[in-house]
Amino acid sequence: MGVGRKKSSWFDEESGYLVRPYAISGGRTSPEGSDFALITLVVAMPASRTLDRRREQPELTAILDLTQERPLAIVEIAARLDLPASVVKVLCGDLLDKSMIAVKKPSHEASAPSVELLERVINGIRRL
Amino acid sequence: MESAGYSQQGGSQLAMPTALKILIAGGFGVGKTTMIGSVSEVPPLETEEYMTQASVGVDDLAQIPEKTTTTVAMDFGRITLDTEHVLYLFGTPGQERFWFMWDDLAAGALGAVVLTDPRRLADSFASVDFFEQRQIPFAIGINCFYGRRECTAEEVNAALNLRNPAPVVMCDVRERESSKRVLLALLESAKTVAIG
Ligand SMILES: Nc1nc2c(ncn2[C@@H]2O[C@H](COP(=O)(O)OP(=O)(O)O)[C@@H](O)[C@H]2O)c(=O)[nH]1
Ligand SMILES: [Mg+2]
Repeated sequence: MGVGRKKSSWFDEESGYLVRPYAISGGRTSPEGSDFALITLVVAMPASRTLDRRREQPELTAILDLTQERPLAIVEIAARLDLPASVVKVLCGDLLDKSMIAVKKPSHEASAPSVELLERVINGIRRL
Repeated sequence: MESAGYSQQGGSQLAMPTALKILIAGGFGVGKTTMIGSVSEVPPLETEEYMTQASVGVDDLAQIPEKTTTTVAMDFGRITLDTEHVLYLFGTPGQERFWFMWDDLAAGALGAVVLTDPRRLADSFASVDFFEQRQIPFAIGINCFYGRRECTAEEVNAALNLRNPAPVVMCDVRERESSKRVLLALLESAKTVAIG
């Protein structure tokens, strides 16, 4: 425990492990109206390869490493880094500000999907 | 802030796929994770999310006094549908009381599967209410644990007292083909809604 016991405003007595993820995002969780949804896709920009990694938070470079080859959703990054999704959203916000990633929001159409979109999903599942 | 797809800056010409999602709801132990695993191209992954008191209803607050933050776990899988679409399946969090308040999970879902153990039909009432209220299309999967058909689709529709009949599919979600049938029933039903 040691370090983790340090009292702070976001320390949760019952589940002390909350401390670490909160600390990683500087105590921030994703703000209201965050630009990131659970399935927002994230991919590292080529420019991120030339980033001076020693100067960056390890979690930020871990996200860049994970998304170098292909886009991953916020939840996939969260699961692989063992961080809550809301913390990953904050970190990705930082990366977006630095132009280190490109993101794609989920379809606007999804809550009222067109017949065409639904047929594409149907065909994709049939092919499984 | 505009963030549409891979930006061209830096030279990547690839278009990013669009992500879609379907929810898999149902009581504890009803087979949600099993269903996700049967169709996902990756083994189901699990992640956690914070739920703060602010998003919890008054009734629930009374039951978790002096707690500012709780975590809900959810699992999910991925299906690449075609070059432009990737579908995520989300198992709803274990604490059934909480996930209803979790807008990010429900927002923009194509639809939902409510998995049901026919011996514990009442476990699915809350999920059914939720999707009916939000007008999210759903299908009911009856997980026939003992290989017996313990009820008919008509009986399930009657017991759930559905506003509009939902597809009811008998399934064994350990089998990919069976899980696919449930998903396809949901999507065909959503298509009927879309046609109007
Ligand atoms: N016989 C049978 N067992 C199942 C079926 N689906 C799930 N199970 C078993 O039921 C248990 C709970 O399933 P799980 O997917 O973890 O449930 P969850 O809590 O809804 O995610 C596991 O041991 C599964 O192997 C099914 O269709 N038939
Ligand atoms: Mg499960």
